[in-house]
This record gives sequence, structure tokens and C-alpha cells, in this order.
Amino acid sequence: MKKQEFQTDLPVMLPVTAKTGEGFNFRLKPWHGLVIVGFCIFSSRLGYAQSDTVQTSSLETLVRWMPLLLQGFIFNLVISVCAMAIGTVVGAALGLGQISLNGWVRKLAWGLTQFFRNSPWLVLLFFAMFLLPFELRLGIFAIPLPDWLKAIIGLSLPVMANVSEIVRGAVTSLPSGQWEAAESLAYTRRQTLWLVILPQCVKRMLPPWMNLYSILTMATVLASIVGVSEVMTLTGQALAAEGGRPELLAPFYSFVLLLFFIYCYPIARWTVYLEKKFAVIN
Amino acid sequence: MSWNDSQPMVSIKNVHKSFGALEVLKGVSLDVMKGEVICIIGPSGSGKSTLIRCINALNDIQEGSILVEGQEVNDSKLDKLELRKKVGMVFQQYNLFPHKTALENVMMAPIRVLKQDKDEVEKTARALIRKVRLEGKEDSYPGELSGGQQQRVAIARSLAMKPDVILFDEVTAALDPETVNEVLLTIKDLADEGMTCILVTHEMGFAREVADHIYFTDRGVIVEHGPPTNFFDNAKDPRTKEFLSQIL
Repeated sequence: MKKQEFQTDLPVMLPVTAKTGEGFNFRLKPWHGLVIVGFCIFSSRLGYAQSDTVQTSSLETLVRWMPLLLQGFIFNLVISVCAMAIGTVVGAALGLGQISLNGWVRKLAWGLTQFFRNSPWLVLLFFAMFLLPFELRLGIFAIPLPDWLKAIIGLSLPVMANVSEIVRGAVTSLPSGQWEAAESLAYTRRQTLWLVILPQCVKRMLPPWMNLYSILTMATVLASIVGVSEVMTLTGQALAAEGGRPELLAPFYSFVLLLFFIYCYPIARWTVYLEKKFAVIN
Repeated sequence: MSWNDSQPMVSIKNVHKSFGALEVLKGVSLDVMKGEVICIIGPSGSGKSTLIRCINALNDIQEGSILVEGQEVNDSKLDKLELRKKVGMVFQQYNLFPHKTALENVMMAPIRVLKQDKDEVEKTARALIRKVRLEGKEDSYPGELSGGQQQRVAIARSLAMKPDVILFDEVTAALDPETVNEVLLTIKDLADEGMTCILVTHEMGFAREVADHIYFTDRGVIVEHGPPTNFFDNAKDPRTKEFLSQIL
């Protein structure tokens, strides 16, 4: 019998090809980096050309401030990692609360999650800044609460709420057959959750969790508004120390953008990679 | 009140079950003796699966009584865990734990639930995997196995708990035709060894071969029941006749 060629443009009729281990694709090539750095240099040259008095070039000025700005950026990363850690631990607990069998626990966890998830991050940050005392008194001990610590707490609140939703979403996305199979093997609810459900959820939670971390990292600059000496605050101070030369604005802020981009872009690509990888396995 | 072998192992009396306004079971009764194999057949939506899911309390019932080895299941103080140690279940969709290998799937419950010794459990688990003819697949993940192989692992997983009765909920309905037989063969082995089995199935030939008793359900009631030869050759109720004429 002659094999018939099927002519169609319906996606469902096309042969299925499984997406198999494409591997991690960074997507950006080295020449992209040259373009980005080139843009920064160009913007600084542009600024230089506009200034009439002969001073040190913008680029030289920027290079001189770089160590300080990098220090500030590292502080941003510290804030992001700490806020993520706190937010993840508390948020995971809150997420488990949202699937609790106890109605009151469930409602409370749901309420907290919704409240913090639907509040602007900046407002939560101000909230933490001005409502938390400058030190915590525990008997004779006084634990100081510096601004940066308050900023971590403030930023961990929306992270907590988002992690809570990620956990709840992952648990409810598992087929109910998994619960039933574990129940019919006489697992307790706790055993079902910890041995069967949550281990499967980790894979599902990882990509959105990393996404959230990227967003948090970029949101750490909000702390500059409340006076924490992170990279944006230091950039502002450096510019002021240079006498507010307008031609320095573009190169300095480009540099800050570049730092965040170099840090966050690989995370975004890694997330895409994990999403693809887990989608194939499941 | 002690239970012994001369009484039914599972005794279902006048069971009613509704999902909201929809009444799925409208007074079902049946008895299963130790070592007996019964098959429940009937059109889709007639309440077959719901009925067997009530036996291990995955579904609760509104009215009636289900006794498993003399223990009442329709009881708010029921120890579900104790009940489920006695009643195994195999599902249509296998429901293996995808993050564990075949061997681990079989070993998990005896270790975690029955707190048995790990080495002992591993020995039994390997024997069970041999028994369901999957030697060499111990370290495969469910995703690497065919439907029929997964279903046989699921049977081994259920057997590892050494249940007194096993519920099979349309276990071949999701399988490719060519793998149905390997699963049916495994169930037949169990039946021949004297395991008490309650099957919901669409495999009429198989039901005829292994069942001691056939129950035909339609719209929430048992319309007719009897030993397979009587049932298939001399069905009396018009609804049974119509159903059989459509599928045989």
C-alpha cells in the first residue's frame, strides 16, 4: 500500500517531536557583551563630549568609584539572599498552612498571603522601616535593628506571600491520584505530604521561585529610598561627591544597570532551562 | 465481636452515597467471602468505582453499612489507617510515585507505615517484583516503564502491605490493548493463590474466567448477580441483556 503524505497545517496533526535535553542555552553570545559594555563607554564618552571644562574623563571617574559601587552591589545581593531565605522559610510554612485541614489555620494563612501579596513592595518596606523599633529588648539584651536589617524584613514580607502561593499552587497542581494512592497505602496525612507530595513539588516550585528571586534582587534598590547604603544610594553619593556633573549620570547608572543585568540574566536563562527540563520529564 | 473466616470478609449492606444532589449508590448490598474473586461490571457512571472506593474509605457513605472483617467502615471513629492496612487498592491511572524507583515504590509503605525492617522489606519487595514478572526493572522510574509495567509495579506495591483483600479499580482501562494481558495474568495469579479480590472491570472474558461471582450494576443499584456461567449465558434482567449484547 502506498504511504499517504498527509497535508495539514493543524498543529495536532503534525508529528510529535519530544524536546530532549537541549542543554543549558545561555543565548547571549560574547559579542552581545561587547555591545553592552560599548554602550556604557559610548554613553560616558557622550557625556564627556558635552562637558566643556577639561576634567578627568567620565570613564576614569567611573573606574575610580567602581570599588565602592561594587561594594554597594554586594550589599544588595546580601539583602536579596537574606530576604529570600527568610521569605522562603516563613512563606513555605504559610503555604502549608493554606492547605491545612484545620479551617482556621487555612483561613489565617490565606488572609496573610493575600494581604502581603497584594500590597506594593515599597509600602511594605516603609511599613517595616517605620514600624519596627531601632532595637529589640529581650530582658537585659538589646538587639539592635539597623536599617538594612529592617529592609531585609520589609522585603521578605512580599517574598513570603509569593512563596506561600508557589507552595500552595504546586501542591494543588499534583494529580489527586497521588494523594489517593498514598492514603490507600495507609500513609498518614503528614507522611503523604512529606514523602509523596512535597518531593514532587520541589521541581515544580523551583522555576517560579528563581523567578521571584530575580524580581527581589532588582527590588532591593528600593532600600535606597529608605536610606540603606546599597548601590543606588552610593551611586547618588558618588555623583554628589563629583559635584553633580550631569555627564556622569548616564555612565554611572548604566554601570549599575549592567551589574544587575549580569547577575539576573543568567538566573533567568537557568530558570528557562529548568522549566524545559522538568516539562520533558513530567 | 470477633470476626472469623466463615463470615464474609467484606459485607456491604444497603449503601447509599450521594455527591451533592446526585445519588450515585441507591442501596447496594453484596458479600465477599475470604478467597473469593468478585467482578463488578456495568455501564459508565453506574457507581462501580464509587462503590469500591467506599470499601477503603476513600469515599464516605451517607447510609448503610460496610463491614470489613467485622469492622464497621461507616463510623466517624473509624481508624482509617488500620482499615487501609488490610485493604489494598490498585487504580486505573497506576498512581505510582514518579520520584521513586519501582523498587522504592514497593518498599516505601512497609518501611514507613508498617515500620518493618528495611533489609527484610527489600527482600520481599524484590520477590514481589519477580512475582509480577518485572525482574531487572527494580531501578527504573515509573516514567521509564510502559503502562502495563507500571500497573504491575502498582500491584506489587499493594501486595507489599500484605493486605487481606485488594480492590482493583478498572486497572486495565488506561492500558494499550497489547499490555492488558500481562496485567490480567498477574491478577489471575493472585486469584489462583487465594487472594480475596474485588474488581471493577470492563474485561468480560477475564471476568468470566477468574470471577467466582459477577455483579452487574446500573444507575446505582445491583441489577443482577450470579456465578459467571449463569450470568453470561442466562441473564434474566432486560438491562443486563442489553448491556451484554452491546459488549459481547
